[in-house]
Amino acid sequence: MKLPFSYNLRNLWVRRTTTLMTALGIGLTVAVLLSILALVGGLKNAFSSTGVEGNVLVMRQSAESELSSNFTRTQFQDLKLRPGIKRDESGLTLASLEMVSTVLLESVDYDSGINISIRGLKPDPGFKLRPAIAIAAGRWFEAGKREVTVGKNVAKRNPEAALGKDLRFGKGAWRVVGVFDAGDSAANSEIWGDLDQVCSDDNRCDVLSSALVRVDPVSSVEPFIKNLKDDQRLKMGAMTERLYYEQQSSSAAPIQFLGIFIAIVMAVGSSFAAMNTMYAAVARRSREIGTLRVLGFSRFSVLLSFFLESLVLAILGGLIGCLLVLPLNGFTTGIGSLTTFSEVAFSFKITPEIMLTGLGFALFMGALGGLLPAAAAARKQILDALRDI
Amino acid sequence: MGQFIPLIWKNATRNRRRSLLTIASIAASFCLLGVLLSIYAALFLSPDTSPAGSRRLVTRNRISLTQIMPISYEAKIRQVPGVEAIMAYQWFGGVYKEPKNFFARFACEPEQLFKVYPDIRISEEEKKAFIADRAGTVLGRDLAGKFNIKVGDKITLKGDIFPVDLEFNVRGLFDMDKNEESMWFNIDYLWKSLPADQRDFAGTYLMLAQSAEDGPAIAQQIDALFRNAQVQTKTETESAFAASFVSFLGNVKLYLFAISAAITFTILLVCGNTIAMSVRERVREVGIMKTLGFTNGEVMGMILGEATVISLLGGFFGCVVAWVLCKGVATASGGFANLEGMSLAPWMWAAVIASAVVMGTIAAIVPAFGASRTSIVDAMRYSG
Repeated sequence: MKLPFSYNLRNLWVRRTTTLMTALGIGLTVAVLLSILALVGGLKNAFSSTGVEGNVLVMRQSAESELSSNFTRTQFQDLKLRPGIKRDESGLTLASLEMVSTVLLESVDYDSGINISIRGLKPDPGFKLRPAIAIAAGRWFEAGKREVTVGKNVAKRNPEAALGKDLRFGKGAWRVVGVFDAGDSAANSEIWGDLDQVCSDDNRCDVLSSALVRVDPVSSVEPFIKNLKDDQRLKMGAMTERLYYEQQSSSAAPIQFLGIFIAIVMAVGSSFAAMNTMYAAVARRSREIGTLRVLGFSRFSVLLSFFLESLVLAILGGLIGCLLVLPLNGFTTGIGSLTTFSEVAFSFKITPEIMLTGLGFALFMGALGGLLPAAAAARKQILDALRDI
Repeated sequence: MGQFIPLIWKNATRNRRRSLLTIASIAASFCLLGVLLSIYAALFLSPDTSPAGSRRLVTRNRISLTQIMPISYEAKIRQVPGVEAIMAYQWFGGVYKEPKNFFARFACEPEQLFKVYPDIRISEEEKKAFIADRAGTVLGRDLAGKFNIKVGDKITLKGDIFPVDLEFNVRGLFDMDKNEESMWFNIDYLWKSLPADQRDFAGTYLMLAQSAEDGPAIAQQIDALFRNAQVQTKTETESAFAASFVSFLGNVKLYLFAISAAITFTILLVCGNTIAMSVRERVREVGIMKTLGFTNGEVMGMILGEATVISLLGGFFGCVVAWVLCKGVATASGGFANLEGMSLAPWMWAAVIASAVVMGTIAAIVPAFGASRTSIVDAMRYSG
């Protein structure tokens, strides 16, 4: 015979202060885990939202990042002649030669400032290769002018780069004429300007960073990359734009490691606390347990009942944890990418999956903390239990 | 109060299981606080206090670390009063065999290297051999061991920032307390491998000041020197320079602070809850003690004392575990962002244990106050 579930609920309610305090302890532990998962999830989302199907990033052989890559105009001319690159309506190849460097800007988060990526590119075909990017305020930079358009996160997080301000890098001032919105993409953390202006400012008009090309159809992307790498004369390396950005999510590895470590140690602490609470519950209800046994409830039902009660306590904690982290959803922060040597801003993402993980984590703590006390309750001899005060 | 200590101890140990669980729970939390504290200290509070380290300054392009400066700056900076030695050096990047074999590779001026880094320990012959060979290189001993590189070997770096592949003769292995996982070679060798119009630059200059106190003034003077030049500079102490890499981890200060706050609050809950539970069981006993003549204050003191004992033990064991963990992280960090210097310093032991005691006592105040105020009649009538 099974003990009714309401028996557990009522018991939790009777000692509500203890219940609430234990649940809060579990809740805070869950909240710490969830905030780390939301951070890592947000960062991964930023990187996985960057890159367009069919886009291939071409860099110098063995270069790991655009910043450390060197790509000459001659190489670019060779690249444009490769078969498989898509052409637009007017017959131009969709291949964009680009230059990437960084500038140290004031930041809302760091006193010492933070590196931000600058990308020099030509609107045609640079923008055609990234169709999801749109102007949010102001306008695009114009060719031949010292103007830049900045990603929405740069505008928000780096006061020096707000719309209408003058940025200083290279040989002088650059007017911020617009802000662009790239959805969730990491491009929101970049500053874009006209390729010729940016590279002449840096005295590197012949040696640039990389080229982005659109390969059509998508099925020929892998052969295209392979042929490019195999051609030793070209000295080029390539990977899909998607893969390039996905690899960068490893920047979150130290934070992820630290966060999960903290969550596990806190979980150990919280399980002990839950165990304490459940042992106290068992001790207080000793006579009650004896009575239940006299009435004919089996040892197993007693065990199950106490175990369930601990799980309910944990679920309550899990829910509190989820509620505690909800306000974090959408909160923007930044992390340095060692690939681009600059900041990538992203938003915390509290997804239903993350919350389910949190509840699972809470249940795990409840199970860990509830099993031994429940077993102790089940083991009690009827007479001893009845005699207890 | 002293005569109550045996009684407090008896009370703390009468429900051993509960006390042990509470101590374990508190220990877990304070262990975390200890680890977070030492991470914070390693990242933000650990200026290199070695005699040479505190005297070193770094100059870089004001725009960004990835931008270079003309080599002509070296002679100008050398003239600044108080600068004892200066070296131009450049982050090379590149790939050694596989991209995953990451370690720091710098092009430098060999004769200057040992002047700005008097803390590098290397044999005189190896030092001379390195300076004499333009294609020579020296590596940290641990690093060389990791990749099984020996003196006399030839190693090749595939360039990425610089479009050249360089072959080096390993001329020596050195020991150093910090930055040991690094490789140094002649910047002239790098320049000569580049087109003629792209030579004679440095990504960074490292200076040794005559005294640490002069550091800030020298830094200002250097930056003032180039204020109106096309390439402006930013000069800071070596530790400030190193700290700027910490921002690559994200807003660590905020994370550490938020997590510590969550942990602290959890501890309050755990302690408060346990004490409240044990007080509730003993209400009748409190009544008896009062009948025997114990005052409200004494009853309260005894309950607080019990909480203090438990949290003291919890804090202590937490520190022990944190100490072990810190050792582990320090060994595993591979020298990233000063974490190799991570340890639980004596002041951290003191801080953690002290906060454990304070927190435990605060958490017990409410239940202790409640118990001490219960009237004898109510207490005797109470059935737990």
